[in-house]
Amino acid sequence: MIDEDLKAADCSCKTDSIIDEMAAIFNENTITEGSLIPILQKAQTRLGYLPVQALRYIAARLNKSLSEVAGVVGFYSFFSTVPRGKYVIRVCLGTACYVRGGKEVLSALEKHLGITVGQTTDDRVFSLEVGRCFGACGLAPVIMINEEVYQRVKPVKVGEILAPYKMREAEMEAVK
Amino acid sequence: MPRITINNITREVPEGITVFEAARETGIRVPSLCRMESFQPTGACRVCVVEVEGAKNLVASCTTPVSEGMVIKTNTKRVRDARRLAVELILSEHNGNCQTCDRNNTCELQSLAFELGIDNIGFTGEPACSRTDMSTEALIRDNAKCIKCRRCVVACNEIQTVGALFPQYRGFNTLIGPAFNYNLADVTCVQCGQCAAVCPVGAIIEVSHIERVWSALDDPSKVVVVQTAPAVRASLGECFDYPPGTLVTGKMTAALRRMGFHHVFDTNFTADLTIIEEGMELLTRIKKAFVEKQKVALPQFTSCSPGWINFMEAFYPEFLPNLSTCKSPQQMFGAVAKTYLSKKYGCRPEDMYVVSVMPCTAKKYEAARPEMNSSGVRDVDAVLTTRELGKMIKQAGIDFPLLPDEEMDKPLGVSSGAADIFANTGGVMEAALRTAFEVITGKKLPFNQMHVEAISGLEGIKETELTITGTKEEWSFLEGVTLKLVVAHGLGNARKVVDAVKSGEKEYHFVEIMTCPGGCIGGGGQPRPTTDEVRKKRIEAIYREDEGKALRQSHDNPKIKQLYGDFLGFPLGELAHKLLHTHYTEKERI
Ligand code: SF4
Ligand code: SF4
Ligand code: SF4
Ligand code: FES
Repeated sequence: MIDEDLKAADCSCKTDSIIDEMAAIFNENTITEGSLIPILQKAQTRLGYLPVQALRYIAARLNKSLSEVAGVVGFYSFFSTVPRGKYVIRVCLGTACYVRGGKEVLSALEKHLGITVGQTTDDRVFSLEVGRCFGACGLAPVIMINEEVYQRVKPVKVGEILAPYKMREAEMEAVK
Repeated sequence: MPRITINNITREVPEGITVFEAARETGIRVPSLCRMESFQPTGACRVCVVEVEGAKNLVASCTTPVSEGMVIKTNTKRVRDARRLAVELILSEHNGNCQTCDRNNTCELQSLAFELGIDNIGFTGEPACSRTDMSTEALIRDNAKCIKCRRCVVACNEIQTVGALFPQYRGFNTLIGPAFNYNLADVTCVQCGQCAAVCPVGAIIEVSHIERVWSALDDPSKVVVVQTAPAVRASLGECFDYPPGTLVTGKMTAALRRMGFHHVFDTNFTADLTIIEEGMELLTRIKKAFVEKQKVALPQFTSCSPGWINFMEAFYPEFLPNLSTCKSPQQMFGAVAKTYLSKKYGCRPEDMYVVSVMPCTAKKYEAARPEMNSSGVRDVDAVLTTRELGKMIKQAGIDFPLLPDEEMDKPLGVSSGAADIFANTGGVMEAALRTAFEVITGKKLPFNQMHVEAISGLEGIKETELTITGTKEEWSFLEGVTLKLVVAHGLGNARKVVDAVKSGEKEYHFVEIMTCPGGCIGGGGQPRPTTDEVRKKRIEAIYREDEGKALRQSHDNPKIKQLYGDFLGFPLGELAHKLLHTHYTEKERI
């Protein structure tokens, strides 16, 4: 299964560059017992996400099993093992947003994009995530797309909100 | 000593114990589910809650230490309701069917539900989704039955330091298992089955070989031969409600005959054989090092515990040359049975079916290793755990307590007491010393009952030294030499020993490692539960078996002498090498 994952994760040149990046992180930092989380953060910053190859490398270097490292990665929502889209949509499911329909907004987004929470669209444009309180409870429900905040979102309006992003992407494609 | 009051009984209890333990000492049973004897409690299940005066909430008794003046109530309505709620919640997500479950009648969740009088589940949870992992030779995992108690995580990481199982994901999505919900075969797992031994439910069980054994017994074209490991005779009784530490060697033999096995033999026989081969191997290495000043791999590590072999292949491949090249007694038996015996019986190796009964799950993996076919076919065809044998005896309708005591068959059923003690930590070392000492000096090992006190018992790592004096002529180079010896059980302890050797901090000549805590008597295939208390009882039983034998040293076994005379030739000779020895290879660590 791991081998399939490795193969699926693009070509071997990609794997090589991942290993190089990881080696660089280990060279630049002093490694101690408690290094796992900081190393994972650095790896995610460098690569944008945490591919299996990176986790295996980190596990080997820190003398831990892949299961332990994956367990830590899975526990913290800020780690992602899949490449994220250009636009990360985060739906607040804090108490206020939740009671004012955050969940319905989320379902609408899932339906609209054809992905579920934690996934990324095939064209790698959108990722969908859940967040906890963006500090705009008065105007719940709230979603964020990258740094942009959208308030009082209605499920029926999600298409409208996403339209400009899609358009921008389409234009870029056309230029290419 | 703090004074506490528990259900209106006031008494002093030892400092530092938990409320759970205090209740138990007072004769009050508090139910528990995630708690594991002698390990840090996790407080995961909340089944053990009690009322403590002055505390607003109920407290988990397994994580709460006693304190002076504490007033505890273990049986109030509030407590009963909370316990029931905790178990109902577990049951509402539990996706299993008791009637068809491996743990039917031995399941802690099932008996807890009964004990708490749960007659109806108050809510419907989303049943855990079922994905059965059958990727390994030894173990089956079914997440649908997992109650997330994390005992297996403790076993795999703290006891064994393998790290195959960890909590993955979070919240409701939490799964206990390998990374990314991979199969067990996709990560490093040594197949020791300690996870299965501590799992309270049917979420980790052994791969059953029961059906294939019944089929072989039904097949008129097969000569079906059975071997039983030393540790099984000291634990099988527990499957029939005998107290731990009851020896059932004779009844076990009778049961195997009644089940239809054509020849009932003993892994003990090849344990004796192992001592001859492994002892000679050690002496040869020592001779090369001392006399010929050659570079040889010392210390020599024992090689009869297959989980340990798997561990070395993945974690310490650079030390593979230090492993004795001897196969385990199980595999020696298979190889000897399908060559020497089959010739004797006039049948082809492929017409012989070798079944072993083992306290171990890793033996299932070992029997399936590609190396293990020196007879030309699979040397061992099926491996039953002690638990599986218990089940088969019941399936056969045999009333175990009513069985007479019977003797095993000759020749491969004859063994010395030195073979019996292969079952417990320190035993292989002691057996080897009994033989090596007499070979070198012509005298018996100079201890009471030939027991090496310093390496017996449940201490995790046990060191000792033995100075050799009064050597025979040919061994005179060993005169005055002090052999440095160490015994470890549980792979976490094994790891410490290997690390100390690796760093140069320690030097030894001979190292005995057993994968499971306590040795094979605490194996992953033994009747549940195995606590230290149970381990001690089983070990006592094994020593009784040893002391009761007329022969106490492996080299005194007349059938071993006969095997060399009629068939094998010499210890470490060409045929011995072909059948009884092997080599292992590095595995990737994941
Ligand atoms: S694990 Fe226990 S409760 Fe669940 S199905 Fe099996 S026997 Fe029944
Ligand atoms: S068999 Fe042993 S190594 Fe494998 S998961 Fe279970 S405890 Fe860990
Ligand atoms: S597999 Fe068994 S021991 Fe492990 S967490 Fe699940 S129920 Fe507990
Ligand atoms: S036994 Fe105490 S919390 Fe599980």
